[in-house]
Amino acid sequence: MKSLNRLGIALAGLMLTTGLGVAAETAKLTDPQIAHIAYTADNVDIEAAKLALKTSKTKAVQDFAENMIRDHEAVNKQALALVAKLKVTPEDNPTSQALTKQAAATQAHLATLKGAAFDKAYVDNEVAYHHAVNGALETTLIPATQSAELKDLLTTGLKIFKGHEEHARMVAGKLK
Amino acid sequence: MLALVGGLLLPGVFLPVAASAETITVKVSKLAFVPASVTAKIGDTIEWANADFVDHTATATDKAFDVKLPAGKTGSVTLSQAGTFPYFCRVHPMMKGTIAVTE
Ligand SMILES: [Cu+2]
Repeated sequence: MKSLNRLGIALAGLMLTTGLGVAAETAKLTDPQIAHIAYTADNVDIEAAKLALKTSKTKAVQDFAENMIRDHEAVNKQALALVAKLKVTPEDNPTSQALTKQAAATQAHLATLKGAAFDKAYVDNEVAYHHAVNGALETTLIPATQSAELKDLLTTGLKIFKGHEEHARMVAGKLK
Repeated sequence: MLALVGGLLLPGVFLPVAASAETITVKVSKLAFVPASVTAKIGDTIEWANADFVDHTATATDKAFDVKLPAGKTGSVTLSQAGTFPYFCRVHPMMKGTIAVTE
């Protein structure tokens, strides 16, 4: 159990250092890149939730996963409508690529687990993942955003994801 | 007579609504209940209007009510007992509010 917890924390650290952190250091992110990162981060969580719906037998975990899919899809719908309105084309970038790569590794690991071990690994990762994404939004992505409307959407997104982080912590507490 | 016609069927409770019963609206916007604290009387209705693009809930900490608030929609509860009811959103638990109900 301890090693699984470390995995979640390691992933969060990895994301900040190799992904979001470096990208922020090396080049100022543009709005098309930020939109792409936000969309990618949403999809990562949706995919993890879909795996949880297939794998978990625990109601609290199932409910949480359903909430994640619904909320992240709602945010993505808003984001797509906004980029269309602003005529911004989301642009792939090293941060998005790092997120996708790390997500694939997490999914592969989660796919090997069942039962209580899966529940714990999934929920711990949700805590760590939302925490990392929220940190990146707050310190890097939102301050770098030029468009006022995109900034506004990301700010609302941050509040939503802070809710998810707290919800994930509550579910993690119940699993113990 | 009107008061009886307007009675509301609650789970296991037939509650006559007083002629003076009010509807108190709480706005749900940007992941917050506004105002977060309201006072009401027995028989009053609390109506939450969700202006956000994500679904929320208004869930009493003591499970006295659990109202779904879909994005862009409203949800309500009619108050049948006195007391102070803290509530939160199950999806975003940092969203908190309180209803103080008097006789
Ligand atoms: Cu909510």
